[in-house]
Amino acid sequence: MPPSTPSESSAPSPTSSGISLRVNGETYALPVDHRTTLLDALRERLDLTGTKKGCDHGQCGACTVLVDGRRSLACLQLAVATEGREVTTIEGVADGDQLHPVQQAFLDLDGYQCGYCTPGQICSALGVIEEHAAGWPSAVTADIAPQAAPAPLDAAEIRERMSGNLCRCGAYASIVEAVARAADGSSAGVRGTEVTA
Amino acid sequence: MTVATGTTAGNRAAGGAVGTAHTRLEGRAKVTGTARYAGEVPFAELAHGQLVVSTVARGRITAVETDAVLAMPGVLDVLHHGNAPRLKGDYTNLLGKADPLLQVFQQDRVPHVGWPVALVLAETPEQAREAADALVVRYATEPHDVAFAETHPAGYGAGAQTGGTAETKKALDASEVVVDARYTTPEEHHHPMEPHAAMARWDGGRLEVVDTNQGSAFVADELARLFSLDAESVRVRSEHVGGAFGAKATRPQVVLAAMAATVLHRPVRVVLTRRQLFSLVGYRSPTVQRVRLGADADGRLRALDHQAYSATSSFREFIERSADFGRVMYGPDAYRSENHVVPLDVPTPSFMRAPGEAPGSFALECAIDELAEKCGIDPITLRARNEPEVGVVSGLPFSSRNLLACFEEGARRFGWAERDPRPGVRREGRWLLGTGTAAARFPSGVAPSTAAVTAEADGTFTVRITAADVGTGARTALALVAADALEVAPERIHIRIADSDFGPAMVAGGSMGTRSWAWAVIEAARALREKLALGGTVPPQGLTARADTGASIGALSQKERHSFGAQFAEVAVDVATGEVRVRRMLGMFAAGEIVNPLTARSQFLGGMIWGLSMALHEEAVRDGATGGHVGADLAGYHIAAHADIPQLDAGWVDDVDEDDPVGIKGIGEIGIVGAAAAVANAVWHATGVRHRDLPIRPDRVLTAGSTEQAGAAGA
Repeated sequence: MPPSTPSESSAPSPTSSGISLRVNGETYALPVDHRTTLLDALRERLDLTGTKKGCDHGQCGACTVLVDGRRSLACLQLAVATEGREVTTIEGVADGDQLHPVQQAFLDLDGYQCGYCTPGQICSALGVIEEHAAGWPSAVTADIAPQAAPAPLDAAEIRERMSGNLCRCGAYASIVEAVARAADGSSAGVRGTEVTA
Repeated sequence: MTVATGTTAGNRAAGGAVGTAHTRLEGRAKVTGTARYAGEVPFAELAHGQLVVSTVARGRITAVETDAVLAMPGVLDVLHHGNAPRLKGDYTNLLGKADPLLQVFQQDRVPHVGWPVALVLAETPEQAREAADALVVRYATEPHDVAFAETHPAGYGAGAQTGGTAETKKALDASEVVVDARYTTPEEHHHPMEPHAAMARWDGGRLEVVDTNQGSAFVADELARLFSLDAESVRVRSEHVGGAFGAKATRPQVVLAAMAATVLHRPVRVVLTRRQLFSLVGYRSPTVQRVRLGADADGRLRALDHQAYSATSSFREFIERSADFGRVMYGPDAYRSENHVVPLDVPTPSFMRAPGEAPGSFALECAIDELAEKCGIDPITLRARNEPEVGVVSGLPFSSRNLLACFEEGARRFGWAERDPRPGVRREGRWLLGTGTAAARFPSGVAPSTAAVTAEADGTFTVRITAADVGTGARTALALVAADALEVAPERIHIRIADSDFGPAMVAGGSMGTRSWAWAVIEAARALREKLALGGTVPPQGLTARADTGASIGALSQKERHSFGAQFAEVAVDVATGEVRVRRMLGMFAAGEIVNPLTARSQFLGGMIWGLSMALHEEAVRDGATGGHVGADLAGYHIAAHADIPQLDAGWVDDVDEDDPVGIKGIGEIGIVGAAAAVANAVWHATGVRHRDLPIRPDRVLTAGSTEQAGAAGA
């Protein structure tokens, strides 16, 4: 964790407060400028740089994290307003060295190119799978009557639900395949051979 | 969804790594968030620079009111033209004369909205941002002109015209069928997901920089020139790059970070905002293109005339060479092309994925489709009738030309044979359906590079080359190339890239990166094997061989070397809303040896998505009153999102160049070429209306009939 900067002492002031953040199961006590977004607190104060800043305007989805299990744009949320909530970032998705099935599917199916939108895509995918499993409809769900059986999480559903996450490299086709595979729980038909070097 | 399949036949002895799908070496780091991009590498005692850019389009800075800002909490300094260190500006490099945009804070003139005018330095990003917002800069403004038109009086022909005017006119006049159409494309922006960021510090007499770029050796060389330093005194690294597409040459953030670190005597980071990317990192100029085709009734081309117009800034000439696209596509009796450029009070455009070829292919490949319609011939048949033996301008033979193989295999997979050629006759509810096709081509160039390969004492090998992996998969591709060149398993290769200390190498640009770097890696590996063949054991520090490909590239025979491709698209057009939805796309490519089928497919598909996005979404709108953009953010500038992208497929055919020692052609750009034309041609097939202005927005679709009539009346 980088050293705290001289202007931000732990003493309360009109422009800063000491807060406690819960991130990936760890508790961090830190003073923050009231203007500090959750995104900047993660990246600049906790050295959790896996959450990306693509636009800082809530337009690209690169900063998507899970707050209390739901998808949230870290750039549109103040750090002080996140106190007492459980934040999950990309660094908290894997189980030690064991990748989460969503991460493994992105890796195997090449669901990325430059990788900059990837943490946001993966966090968003985790949210999508949960939301779908909970029966939440999307704009392309044909039957949204409460008693309707959940629609399958097909490509159209995934595309619609993932549309808040832009990918300029254009890895969309493989991302949709990866989300579908992870949601399916299947790991058959790995396209690429992993090389370690 | 179908997995891309294809075969490649290389002309090198392969050990089996090249041509087999491999996941990315850095894949685990990317999916776990541990891959650090330029702004994320920890530097102790980092200060933060926030750039302030001009709000006027033309004039002079009369005051930068720094006093109030310097009194704000945490503010360390404000750099501007009144106090900035001097930079050198009298050099030339790969991209031409020194770019005035990189001469930050050297004079008081403002040539466009979004020009760098001051850098606020502070202890925290929040303090720097607040102070930058508060900084008052006063200007003496002058009238500006940002209105691009092919009839602009300041426009001029850029470079020599190719072909004869009289000869082309004669051939057009003698033609039985003529297409004469005007196409336009709007201003388009790269917008890699990672905004430009750089960190710089002085360390033991060396300027150490972490930057996001397409070539760290290139950037290090430019920084040394700008700051009058020895080349050895500058080190630039860029291990992970969050997309580039041409936007990441040397850009202002790295010059600003180096300048500020020099002034403050401490490490400085400068990150551009998304909005600032609209004016500081290049973009694709809007184009107007007039294409005239003359043909016999059977579709044989007698004349091809392509005139292209683009904009540049008032201080640097960049030409979007759209008119060059047709030079090697077809074999007309008479050929003429010329690029024209109009200087305006706008930022300088730059290379953006398939510069020239992307807009040029939209115009010419739509015109070819219009010719096919007029002749009553299938557009693939028409192209087959116009295959050239040699480059129509150069007269040189092709190293390999497999355009028709792409069309044949693509047509088979797409189901083209069942297509009813009549437009506007397929309806499904409120949707009109249509299919379209277009050809693609991108030159296959190569540039000298250096590489080093070390045999380690533990039996592994380390490759060092200043390559850049901007998402292309270059790191992995080069490891596979090295494995085959050394005849060892890929697991025994360590690859290190993107560090200027590894020596000069080609940038990741022009689809030349992997081809150029692979050549150097192969030569270094060969030299190492010769050393190892002499016997003896590998010493503890390893045994290293180096290569510089300058001489062998110079000996390459003169030929027309290009990748080719065939694009197919199916669209649905909503007659009620004017919305165009692409339902499926297929690209078939002939692009030399495919090193890694897994990442190659991704690159082809990514390029095709750029083409779809160009056809339907992307358009930066400039406001004549202010000279700046309307909606300069990712909500105002639309790029294709998940929901816009249908079922896509890409594949490739064998493409062997017998006298090329590497056989790799480069695939970063060919995917976008022709893709927008295929979509536009499909929209015509669906609706019966030609859309010659991009993007094909709903309002244009709804008003197309009336616009068409007005255009015809005015012509």
